[in-house]
Amino acid sequence: MSVELPVTLERADTPAAPPSSARLRRYARPALGLLLPVGLALFWEAWVGLGYSNGRLVPPPTKIFATVMELAKSGELSRHITATVTRVAAGFGLGVAAGTILGAVSGYWGLARQLLDPTVQALRAIPSIAWVPLFILWLGIFETSKIALIAVGVFFPVYLGVMGAILAVDRKIVEVGRIFRLSGPAMIRRILLPAVLPAYVVALRVGLGLGWMFVVAAEFMGASEGLGYLLIDGQQLGKPAQIVAAIVIFAILGKTTDWLIELATAPLLRWQDAFGRQSGAA
Amino acid sequence: MLSLEKVGKTYPNGVHALERFSAEIKPGEIVAIIGGSGCGKSTLLRAIAGLDRASTGTVRLDSAVITAPHAKVGIIFQEPRLLPWLSVADNIGFGLSDLPADVRREKVAQALARVGLADKAKAWPRELSGGQAQRVAIARALVPQPEVLLLDEPFSALDAFTRRDLQDHLLDLWNDTRPTLILVTHDVDEAVVLADRVLVMRPRPGRLFEAIRINLTRPRDRSSPLFENFKRHVLTSLDRSLDRNVPDADPKTVAGEAMWW
Repeated sequence: MSVELPVTLERADTPAAPPSSARLRRYARPALGLLLPVGLALFWEAWVGLGYSNGRLVPPPTKIFATVMELAKSGELSRHITATVTRVAAGFGLGVAAGTILGAVSGYWGLARQLLDPTVQALRAIPSIAWVPLFILWLGIFETSKIALIAVGVFFPVYLGVMGAILAVDRKIVEVGRIFRLSGPAMIRRILLPAVLPAYVVALRVGLGLGWMFVVAAEFMGASEGLGYLLIDGQQLGKPAQIVAAIVIFAILGKTTDWLIELATAPLLRWQDAFGRQSGAA
Repeated sequence: MLSLEKVGKTYPNGVHALERFSAEIKPGEIVAIIGGSGCGKSTLLRAIAGLDRASTGTVRLDSAVITAPHAKVGIIFQEPRLLPWLSVADNIGFGLSDLPADVRREKVAQALARVGLADKAKAWPRELSGGQAQRVAIARALVPQPEVLLLDEPFSALDAFTRRDLQDHLLDLWNDTRPTLILVTHDVDEAVVLADRVLVMRPRPGRLFEAIRINLTRPRDRSSPLFENFKRHVLTSLDRSLDRNVPDADPKTVAGEAMWW
């Protein structure tokens, strides 16, 4: 009897519970995350609407939205977004390419690591913004110096991620490859690449985050278009709504591109048995 | 015929792991290597596998000297070492990449059925229990049909019940193609139930102490008095191998045959 009781209880529960609770969970999580920002926005809107504040320095959401719409209507918004996204894409591409190649070389080949890594680590210690004056002297004030700065920001996390991941590949797994007598290229393709992939994805996401950070720095130095330009323009002409609008668009773009990386790599990482996945399923 | 001729290994840090180990192992023979920790069992196995090179002496399979992993020598480690990013079926087929896809699929399906995991073909390794994962590792090692299969404490991480189950299963699989099995183990029971010959090693530096032939027909009854006798013999030999004052027993005496019956 005492054994059967929990079984019957469970049976009674299971048919009814999963559909509704699963659906609830599926929507409850994002909803929970939205609670704080939406609540704050509504509060501020009401606060200004009721006249407790004039909302001049901290514009209410409707005003920000109106600013975005205005920019969008005149076609300026897409021009600025295109400029910024193009810079990030170019800088991210260059940084990832360089970081991946150099990281792989110094991870795989001890001599290259001893030769290369101390220099890279020393360069990494330099705050990347410190390169700005030099890049402007070398590459001019236009696109090249901006893209170079973004690429520098992206390079380091990717380089470190790739090198660290290769060094951390389990010797025991590599031995499996040796036992099956894989050639060098086959060992890389069938053992090292898949083993390194999870850490590589993390490195890409960190790199992309830094790319978005550095595009603002790059656009602060004399750009005539781009979201960073909108920020500076808003500051100089006293348009806080424009500043906040640009910030919100940055947030949306950053989150979307990060999500795109996650989405693109998810099929390759289905095998992972990680803590995050378990709590994600629960 | 696998011949080990005075195989010795000194590691770069100066540890003298193995000294002048010689043995001849016939095709299809099952040999268990047993001994206290630090007796060079795993070192010996890795030298046969071609994963590490011996410092002195040679390992020879038929006429070929083994210095690197050999196509006819497979190994099963203490951990399953499955590749986590491949499905169970792809793990088993890992060593068959030279074959055309349909032949490979056929062989993998057969191997899966043979180890009783046909329903797990598409599962990820993380979804398997310890015993199932080790079965997959056994299938992966056997599917290229090695002439020599090395096993490095293959069941020591499993619970007693699963271990017995897999020991019986291993013998069953061995019967299909009868490869040479060389098994390193800590477990006297395991050595006596599986092996034709038990090689007892003594530590620091690792060398052969005694060779004990297990003259029991298969399948072996783990509770028979004869089985107990062989176990006691191996245990006594192990005890004596740890005593520094006892000289090495002559490995050529076939001790099992000299017993009282």
